[in-house]
Formats: sequence, structure tokens, C-alpha cells
Amino acid sequence: MSARSNPVEQAVVWLNDPLNWTNPGGVLDRLGEHLTISAAAVLLGCLVAWPIGLWLGHRGRGGGLVVLISNVTLAIPTLALLTILPLTFLGFGRPPVVIALAVFAVPPLLANAYTGIRQVDPEVRDAARGMGLSGGQLLRRVELPLAVPYLAAGFRTAAVQVVATAALASFVNGGGLGQIIRAGFGLDIAAGAGQILAGGLLVALLAIGVELLLAGVERAVTPRPLRRYRRRADRRAADATAGA
Amino acid sequence: MSFRLGYREDPANPWFSWQYVRDNSDTILAALREHAALTGRAVLIAALVAVPLAVAAYWFRSLTGPILALSGVLYTIPSLALFAFIAPYVGVGTTTVLIALVLYALLLIVRNALAGFHQVPPEVREAAEGMGYSRFGRLLRIELPLALPGILTGIRLATVSTVALVTVGVLVGHGGLGQLIFAGFQNNFYKAEILTGTLLCVGLALVLDLLLAGTGRLLTPWLARRGAR
Repeated sequence: MSARSNPVEQAVVWLNDPLNWTNPGGVLDRLGEHLTISAAAVLLGCLVAWPIGLWLGHRGRGGGLVVLISNVTLAIPTLALLTILPLTFLGFGRPPVVIALAVFAVPPLLANAYTGIRQVDPEVRDAARGMGLSGGQLLRRVELPLAVPYLAAGFRTAAVQVVATAALASFVNGGGLGQIIRAGFGLDIAAGAGQILAGGLLVALLAIGVELLLAGVERAVTPRPLRRYRRRADRRAADATAGA
Repeated sequence: MSFRLGYREDPANPWFSWQYVRDNSDTILAALREHAALTGRAVLIAALVAVPLAVAAYWFRSLTGPILALSGVLYTIPSLALFAFIAPYVGVGTTTVLIALVLYALLLIVRNALAGFHQVPPEVREAAEGMGYSRFGRLLRIELPLALPGILTGIRLATVSTVALVTVGVLVGHGGLGQLIFAGFQNNFYKAEILTGTLLCVGLALVLDLLLAGTGRLLTPWLARRGAR
């Protein structure tokens, strides 16, 4: 084995040490923090973005606003929000981290909720109106069920992004698996290489795991007749987030 | 980690201070320069790799799936993890940041460029074929210009997200304006430094986006004439 493979060997050694998993601040602790923070952020994002997106879609306006929001958040560095929010009235601790992450969950959730309602066939909408459904009933019984695949796609994108971004919370000592990587960089780069690589592996596996899991959920909640439209839904939703 | 500080406006630690900007103009400019240089190089390299990849995916259908899937997986890997994969091998320096930025920008450009190529109308392609264009000539004269709006959209998106992503480089000590933000946070929560870094960062993204949008207009005059856009 050449010297090149050393970091990998070190990472394997690090991951095989049970104490690195069970110690306070070990992998299990950090994983718990990571998941708690991410879940809270996605939940908060859903509570804010879905009602607004559904309502804008129902009213049929505000498409420009949705695009504007996703473009602006794209330009804001995560690090800036993570460092600024604790210095406002929110104070230090979990809330500012959760809110910072929720901000980045909003664009995909919002765009997909909006697109999900807008893509409903106008004839279906007219038929529902003709049957005497009120605006609220139309939204609840017709538009919302038809938008479920889009909502699920947005949820997946947002959740994966939040899980990935939560690793950056370690910059402000916010906890999560990123702390393992940061601690590795705190050591000498040669001494910490194994830990850095191991931490990176854990974060990446978590993100990919969440992606695969939610892709399954997305498929499960999409009614069978709507499944063949899924690819189109994906592309349209991607266009909406990309502002194209 | 659960201690809370009450919110009170501290006159000694304002959100913005010209005094700070004046006294530290050298540091700020150096950070801005590093940030812009990293962004420019990353997007340039990514574009030079991504456009040929998109052409390959366009010419050979069988390559489309793998190319999109690979860049999709790269995009799913969290930025911090990507830095963690690269740093042990490349070391702590700008190269690490640059590699991570390029890998991220790749997907955005490939996907949008491919969408641009697919928007070329089949009639146009057939007409070019009928006029005797070779595959390569057709690409250069017909398809590339028509796909330009898609490619430029990809480059604009990649630029804006790269500007934001450079800040993660503080992990290896080369985060451009991120250095200011992070130093401000560590330096007794010096708000003026944090906000100066943030504002410059968002401003840089905005300026680069406008510049690219302007370049796009100059490069595709037929779109403006038609009134579409």
C-alpha cells in the first residue's frame, strides 16, 4: 500500500473504534443531534412554505415571488445566516441553527407547492367549480390531492439539502456530524486525516440515505395513475427552483 | 450550549461600522479578491468540463443517464463532506476549495446545457444536415449558438451558488469573504465584520449575475430582437 491510501486506512481504524461511537460527543450523539436539528428545520420550513405555496398556487399569482425567493436564498451563504442569527434576539443555542437551516428548506418546498397546484388541469378545476365546490373545498378535495407528488418531491429536495447543510452548523458549534470533521481539522491535518475522512463519509452516507429513503416515500405516496407523470413533475419542479 | 444572552442593542458592537471598513480595507479587499478569484476559476473550469460533457450526453443517448446520475450524486454529497474527502489528499489550501467548487458547479451547468441542446428544434437540425453540415460543423454553427441560453442559465446559477459556497472554505482557511464572517464570529461576535463579509458576498453574487446576464444578451442578440426572454 502506498502512502496515498493512508487516510483511508486511518478512517477505517477510526470508524472501528467503538469508543468513537459511544463516547459523549461520539458518532451516535452527533447523529442524534444532526437528525433532531434537521427534522426541526424541515418541519419549520414545511409549516411556513406549504401554506404560502398552496395559497399562492390556488390564487394563481405570485409565481414571480416564488422565483425571487429561491434566487435570493441561493446567494446567501449558509455561514452568514448561521453566524448572524445567534446575535439577534434569538440568542445562542438550537433555535437560530434550526431557523437558519429552515430558510434553505423554504425555496424547494415553496416552489413545488406552487407548481403542484398550478399544474392541475384547468378543466378539472372548472368541473369541480361546476359541481358547486367552494374555493376551500376545491383546494382541499381536488388541488391538494393532485399536488401530493409535487409536495413529496419538494420535501425530498428540502430534506436532503437540510441534512447536508446541517453539517455546517459545526462552524458555530451547533452540533451534528459536522463536529466530527471540524474536530479532525482541529488536529493536525496529518493526524486528523482519518477522522476527517470518517466524518465526511458519515455525513455523505446520511445525506444519500435520506435521499434514497425519501425517494421511496415519494413513490409510495404518489397514486399509481400519477406515477408516469413523475418524471415530468421532477423536471418542472427543478425548473421552478432554478428559476428557468 | 444552552446558555442564552438577552437581546439588547450594544452601542459598542453595531451591525455596521464605516470605521471598521476604513481601518481594515486591506483585509477586506484581499478577502474579496480571493473570493472573486476562486469563484471565477471554479466556474471557468466547471464550464470547460461541463459543456463537452453535455455535448457527449447529447450525441450519445446512452451516456445521458450515467452523466446526469454521477453529477447528481456529487451534488447530493454535502459540501463539508466533499471538503473532508479532498483535504486529506490535497492538503489545506486553495486547491481543495477549488476542486470542491468545480464538482458542485458541474451539475448545474451540465443539466442546463443539456436542456439547451434538447431545445434545438429537430427541423433546424435536419435542415442543417440537409445542407451538408458535418456533425462537428453542425455543433459549432447551429446547435451551440441555439443552446447558448441554456448554457448561460447554467453558468449563472453555478456562479451564484459558487459565490455562496466559497465561504465553506473557511474549513481549510481559504473561504474568501467567509474568513471575515467566521473571524467576526470568533472575535467576540464582532457584528460589523460579519455583516460586511455577508453584504459583500451577496453583492458579489448580484454583480456577477448581472454581468453574466448582460454578456448573455450581447451573445444572443436574436433573442432580444424577437422580444422573447
